[in-house]
Amino acid sequence: MLTMLANILIDGIAYGMVLFIIAVGLSITLGLMRFINLAHGAFAMTGGYVAAWLVRVQGVNFWLALLAAVLTAALIGALLEALVLRRLYRRSELDQVLFTIGLTFVFVATTNLLFGAEVQLIPLPLLLSGPVDLGVRTLPAQRILVLLAGLAVSLFSWWAINRTRFGVWLRATVDNREAAAALGIHIRWVFGLAFAFGAGLAGLGGVLGAELMPLEPYYALKYMVLVLVVVSVGGMGNIFGSLAAALLLGTVDTASKYLASGYGSLFFFAAMMLLLVWRPNGLLIKAKA
Amino acid sequence: MKPKLYITATVTMVAALLTATHAFAVDVKVGMIAPFSGPFAHYGKLFKDGAEAYIASQGGKLGGKTVQLIYRDTGGPNPGNTKNLVQELIVKDKVDYLGGFVFTPNAMAVAPLIQEAKVPTVIFNAATSQITEKSDYFVRSSYTLWQVTVPLAQHIYKQGTRKVVTAVTDYAPGVDAETAFKAEFTKLGGTVVESIRMPLPTTDFGPFAQRIKASGAQAVYTFLPGGPPNLGFVKAYTENGLKAAGVEFFGTAEMDEFDLQKFGDAAIGFTTSFHYSAAHDSPVNKAFIAALTKQSKDAVANYASVGAWDGMYIIGKMIEATGGQRDGDKAMAAARQLQWESPRGPVRIDAKTRHITQNVYLRKVERVGGVLINKEVLNFGQQVDHGLTK
Repeated sequence: MLTMLANILIDGIAYGMVLFIIAVGLSITLGLMRFINLAHGAFAMTGGYVAAWLVRVQGVNFWLALLAAVLTAALIGALLEALVLRRLYRRSELDQVLFTIGLTFVFVATTNLLFGAEVQLIPLPLLLSGPVDLGVRTLPAQRILVLLAGLAVSLFSWWAINRTRFGVWLRATVDNREAAAALGIHIRWVFGLAFAFGAGLAGLGGVLGAELMPLEPYYALKYMVLVLVVVSVGGMGNIFGSLAAALLLGTVDTASKYLASGYGSLFFFAAMMLLLVWRPNGLLIKAKA
Repeated sequence: MKPKLYITATVTMVAALLTATHAFAVDVKVGMIAPFSGPFAHYGKLFKDGAEAYIASQGGKLGGKTVQLIYRDTGGPNPGNTKNLVQELIVKDKVDYLGGFVFTPNAMAVAPLIQEAKVPTVIFNAATSQITEKSDYFVRSSYTLWQVTVPLAQHIYKQGTRKVVTAVTDYAPGVDAETAFKAEFTKLGGTVVESIRMPLPTTDFGPFAQRIKASGAQAVYTFLPGGPPNLGFVKAYTENGLKAAGVEFFGTAEMDEFDLQKFGDAAIGFTTSFHYSAAHDSPVNKAFIAALTKQSKDAVANYASVGAWDGMYIIGKMIEATGGQRDGDKAMAAARQLQWESPRGPVRIDAKTRHITQNVYLRKVERVGGVLINKEVLNFGQQVDHGLTK
């Protein structure tokens, strides 16, 4: 019984961290910037494919490929933001949904054309490919990297948003564009950089999450539901909220796999509903009475 | 699969419909039903490559007649749409034969139509046993889960393993595989210590790997749909140290050639029981692979393309028997008699079930000359569809 509990917690936290690392970019673009960015999965996929291609075909070192993947996703994000997406900030939410879902289809078709329908794997370096002995049991080494990366990303994002001048500009711009512009904040640059940051994090998630969510052309659509659930339960733009939501939902889902796998994803979505009723503004924010 | 994927599938399908009809002097028309868009589009290509390579290998004619293949796109599993497409093919295009079918529900849906119109229909893939019982005009060139699982269960028992855990994806073919394994293995006197059914949308297979480890079984029998779930499960098996813990892996289609190279060295040593390996050592198989490569340089020799190749062989023989005339009953009578050397080995059509009787092989993944292959290590001999004869 005790080993079962330990197993559920260990696997749950490991899975939750993967969910978080895939969702954290969206909690910036959708959560913080209030842009309904359904193309998040497409940015994550771009990062993943870049890393897979570099490591497998070009023989590049995994860590360099990871860096290149994040930068490529950020760059494509920045370009798209500068050319088209910025025109949508003031449009209705439906317009944003339609545009970004269309963009996602373009990414799906392009990926299919360039790389084919097969699943792509990112070969891991020796350090990450085996199991690690935790004493009680073993855990894939790659999950430990995800765990550390998740913590690092959440701390860094929190610091960047809450403790830096850039974070102040960003929050001011989201709250009141006109006032922010009047105060001399260059809102174009601020939004462009923030979007690129979100897209870069998506790319990071695409690479690190690929162990559980393998890359294929439909990746961009397939995992959007999971990611949207994490961001909405965590609360708009609340990095630690997303982290808590991902860990909680990951643990619930893992527990149901150990104890009641016959129910499929029932408990995951039931937990989502209950959490949204209990704390509609985010897991870590008390609902107003 | 999410419903919104169907939207793209439908849009692309309309485009495919508009371009597919071009008329020239043809003797025989064959309707081809497969997904050509959406997440299963690669099946359409595998069928197309296999079928067209076969026709090309016969000098462009089947049974001395010119043949036109009319492709129709079903997207994913979509029985309603498939039924409409087939009805249109039969009524409007007046097809003489039908071929294809990746998904069981799609094949089931057209049974009443082909029964009434007497259109012989060759199933290239859909692997649920009961399909051929639904119409007298079905004949199948693929395999069934019962067919490949029963000899595997016998082999596992014979090698001395008594405790097995089954882990299958929780959908119809998975349940079919689980039932087949349990029935045969317990009949022999073995014990299935636990039957794990994994939800279809599962991405993290770690917990299931832990459950398999904790079950105390000596081996795991598994069935998962191809692509991401399959890959995730195999990774979880390796990363959670199941091999080291002494739990042997036994699967069916898991090491399919389409995804095999992607596994990398992690796949080496995985054992599966299946009817076709691209590494099957025979002149017929070499000729098949050469014809396929000539047809399309990125074509893959696997169970789907060989299903289409043999499916076209069956259609060719039916055309020969009827002299290109439309006579469903005469064609089916000829199909029931067929016996030939396929790229997979010697095969024949079982006269009663209209399912293909074939060798099933135990294969182990090896790296040969830089590529991963399924090396046949044991031949279980000729197997019927155990699901229909049980």
